[in-house]
Amino acid sequence: MTAPPSLLRRADATGGPQGAGRGRRRGASEHVSGWLFASPATVIIVLFGAVPIIWSIVLSFEHVSLGAGGRFAGTANYRELAHDPVVRQAIGHTFIYTALFVPLTMIIGLFLAVAMNRKIRFITFYRTAAYVTMAISTINEALVFLWLFDPSYGLVNFVGHVFGLPPQPFLNSPSQALGVIVVMTVWGWTGFSVIIYLAALQGIPQSVLDASSMDGAGPWATFRRITVPLLSPASLFLAVWLTINALQLFDEVYVSTQGGPVGATTVIVYYIYQQGFQYFNAGYASAIALVLLLITLVVTAVQFRAGRRYVNYRS
Amino acid sequence: MTAITLPPRQRRRLRLPFSPWHLVLLPASILLIFPFFWMLITSLETQNESLQFPPVLVPHKLVPANYPNAFHAAPFSHFFVNSIVVAVVTVLANLVFCSLAGYAFARIRFLGRTPLFIVLMITLMVPFQVTMIPQFLIEKWLGVHVVAAVGINHLGALILPYAATAFGVFFLRQFFKTLPIEYEESARVEGASRFTVLWRIVLPLSLPALATLAALTFLESWNSFLWPLIVVDNQNEMTLPLGLQTFQNAHNTQWPLLMAANVMTLIPMLLVFFFAQRYFVRSVASTGLGGA
Repeated sequence: MTAPPSLLRRADATGGPQGAGRGRRRGASEHVSGWLFASPATVIIVLFGAVPIIWSIVLSFEHVSLGAGGRFAGTANYRELAHDPVVRQAIGHTFIYTALFVPLTMIIGLFLAVAMNRKIRFITFYRTAAYVTMAISTINEALVFLWLFDPSYGLVNFVGHVFGLPPQPFLNSPSQALGVIVVMTVWGWTGFSVIIYLAALQGIPQSVLDASSMDGAGPWATFRRITVPLLSPASLFLAVWLTINALQLFDEVYVSTQGGPVGATTVIVYYIYQQGFQYFNAGYASAIALVLLLITLVVTAVQFRAGRRYVNYRS
Repeated sequence: MTAITLPPRQRRRLRLPFSPWHLVLLPASILLIFPFFWMLITSLETQNESLQFPPVLVPHKLVPANYPNAFHAAPFSHFFVNSIVVAVVTVLANLVFCSLAGYAFARIRFLGRTPLFIVLMITLMVPFQVTMIPQFLIEKWLGVHVVAAVGINHLGALILPYAATAFGVFFLRQFFKTLPIEYEESARVEGASRFTVLWRIVLPLSLPALATLAALTFLESWNSFLWPLIVVDNQNEMTLPLGLQTFQNAHNTQWPLLMAANVMTLIPMLLVFFFAQRYFVRSVASTGLGGA
């Protein structure tokens, strides 16, 4: 390798010994510039990310209100939450919601992505119709579904009426409210799911699909045996990502039901919010939040373990 | 690659004048965009027509006045400005801070790099709900003891905790590591400073990654609800989602007014979306393809 001319010129100008000294100084200045570059982001992330993790663990062992200082409470918060029926219900609601939301979003996303993975007329319109749901905020989304599912004047009851169904109470009914929240969030996440699956579908080489059909496999068999396994990394990513988000459901509940009716949509994060910022039990809220963290870690770990068995990574 | 030429694939026996997939995609697309239509129709109805069953599908009289009425019923102009300020400052801060830190973690061997990186990665895994209470207490303390502008009920409280994210640092670090190191090394040999290398060589090569990070950060900031709900209760400091929710509380069953507000608050995001659809789509796709 030959040095670029400008380097030669510089070496001539500065001379040998100075160059060696420069190298040693550069070693020390590497540490300085490394820390200089890293520190603005690090300070913010440590202050608002790392410190709060430790602090919330400390808070969870204290009786502490948001305003004042706390006192040590041992495991009282944890013993209390183990016997708190609302905690149990909130975890139950969160699990039911997640079990409905995640598979529905994935199946609808996969179906639409497969349908959209072809060059036909209006395909840009079809794709945009799916993607655009992503641009809408959770609050916008909740508001419009609140109106669509209004028990008295909502359009959904009217459609039911046309098909001879009696009007439904929807968000006013303890048995239906969570289902309506599933519908609105599935709609809101469809665009995301479609994008992920479409990107993955476009990564499957046509030759693989051609080989399968040449071997006599029909379209359905090709889909089941070739496409779905090849999509499994995308499916695992979606399952994990959607589950983490589902466990953190809050915005739609806050806007549409405030946890009601009679607590039917009180999910974990809503209860954390209530305890922390309505009743000001910062310690108790922190303990519940750490339970949420534990649940998230366990569920994600289970998904990745299952993923190791079922996911095909191409090298 | 084999040299065998493949026989042309067999044609479909039944031939519709159009692809049968239209039969699936057309209704599905209509269903997906229908909530937008219904928002728009309701926003142009009179209050009376909105409260009828069966619902009025085609309003007899259009009432565009719902829009100015909604706009003046709450400080929406404040909400807009606040949302834009918070989102833009957050995006810019992330681009600067995450580039600097991402570059340090990718290329500079400094003392404590690995432990520091591990700490950042741990924060990435912990959900916001776990840290929000201490975050609130820290903001409150900072506002009282350090700078009022980042305290409770100030826009700074909405920006500061998100001015740099572990995701952004990690994302850019991964991208910088994929760049060929030769350009940087020869520039260094020629005496360029670390900062010059980052500014003149690395960042110009990283525009797609920077655009992706900007798009994701913008979307996240613009739609954020829970954190503003916690730290802001003064109307003048509210961002759009929180302002809209407050407006909803005050105008419970005035659906035309509510939907007018809903459409108004949606328009900026829709414009950004249509303008930069390809970037958004690529950004989201990249989170699934090894970005995250």
